[in-house]
Amino acid sequence: MITKRIIPCLDIQNGRTVKGVQFQGLTDAGDPVELACKYARDGADELVFLDITATENKRKTLFTMVRDVAAAIDIPFTVGGGVRSVADVEQLLQYGADKVAVNSAALENPELIRDLAKRFGCQCIVAAIDAKLVGDRWKVFQMGGKLETEWELLDWAKQVTDNGAGEMLFTAIDHDGRKQGFANTMLAELNKSVNVPIIASGGAGKIADFVAVFNRGKADAALAASVFHYDTIPIPVLKQVLKQHDIPIRIV
Amino acid sequence: MEIAIIDYGAGNVQSVLFALERLGYTARVTTDAKKIQSADKVIFPGVGEASSAMARLKATELDRVIPKLQQPVLGICLGMQLLCRHTEEGNTSGLGIFDADVVRFSNQVKIPQIGWNTITNLKSDLFRGITAEPYLYFVHSYYVPLIPECIATTDYQATFSSAIQKENFYGVQFHPEKSGEVGAQILTNFLRL
Repeated sequence: MITKRIIPCLDIQNGRTVKGVQFQGLTDAGDPVELACKYARDGADELVFLDITATENKRKTLFTMVRDVAAAIDIPFTVGGGVRSVADVEQLLQYGADKVAVNSAALENPELIRDLAKRFGCQCIVAAIDAKLVGDRWKVFQMGGKLETEWELLDWAKQVTDNGAGEMLFTAIDHDGRKQGFANTMLAELNKSVNVPIIASGGAGKIADFVAVFNRGKADAALAASVFHYDTIPIPVLKQVLKQHDIPIRIV
Repeated sequence: MEIAIIDYGAGNVQSVLFALERLGYTARVTTDAKKIQSADKVIFPGVGEASSAMARLKATELDRVIPKLQQPVLGICLGMQLLCRHTEEGNTSGLGIFDADVVRFSNQVKIPQIGWNTITNLKSDLFRGITAEPYLYFVHSYYVPLIPECIATTDYQATFSSAIQKENFYGVQFHPEKSGEVGAQILTNFLRL
């Protein structure tokens, strides 16, 4: 039976892991390769690296990091942040990334996902979507959650999967960093609307939040950062509890 | 030991190279038929789309070299699928080593299958030393149905062949290079065949 995935996320700035709250206010959280190895040993099913390096000339540090991570770990990982073109994706895959997440660039050019899926296969193209409730509607945001777009979440989710994204990383902006649980109602609705695996992001604070995101939110994978970085929730403990709740999970 | 990794623009070549390095082996990534023919072991990786992958194999005439190889050959993911007669993906003729037609999962399940799943009914030296039902990492939308050459099965929408073997040709649908210690064990077993 396919298992639910636990995915630690590492935000990367100039080659270092950082952690912010609601996209703002960053603190240093360690060496990404070291952290990646620790997570892999602890039983993480996959890793996500989101590069938030602002300047283009620092991007080289990302490629070096991707290569070092790929050499060091034996589980899959996704790289996202600032991915704008077919050439960007090609480079990241060549350095050893398994999947690439695309966010703002797809909103600016919806054909980008189609081009990427055609070139590299849908299995390595993750559509990252940041959204939040505006009034009573879930709206998609770009530029790291700063800029509201015209898109409603379900419409955009359908568009990116029609274009060939093989997976979706949905971040509920208002939940991110709050540690009050995932956006389970919206996640369950999203799960009914698209037929690709969904990674839920934003809101993990306690083990019960993970139980809920799989049982109520119907997510295929759950992503979190700080609860793993600061060891609030050790992954082996989390996985044991999920197993006790009859959630299919890989125990290492 | 000479290990050749067939280069046809597949996405996961670097991952396979790194996995072999972690096991203490070096490998050569090549399109050169002579180097592939003279290697002790051949790995046929694969992430990507079937029809364009076959087109690239044909362009380098490797489609005629691979079926005649005598040493152990390991097809991974798309590599395994291309060892079969035909795949629904792009309505593509494969290398025909296995008399099997690769088909797409139905919409009853999420496509692609992405994640860790178990393999059972293990019947090969490829799985030597592996006792319990191990978890391996899968990423695919198409699968090889149950065939007589099946040496491991996995359940997703249906029970399918997650590994196959015919003489010196081995195929695995999962990614041993990305499947932790169990994956490393399977790669080691292949290199010791």
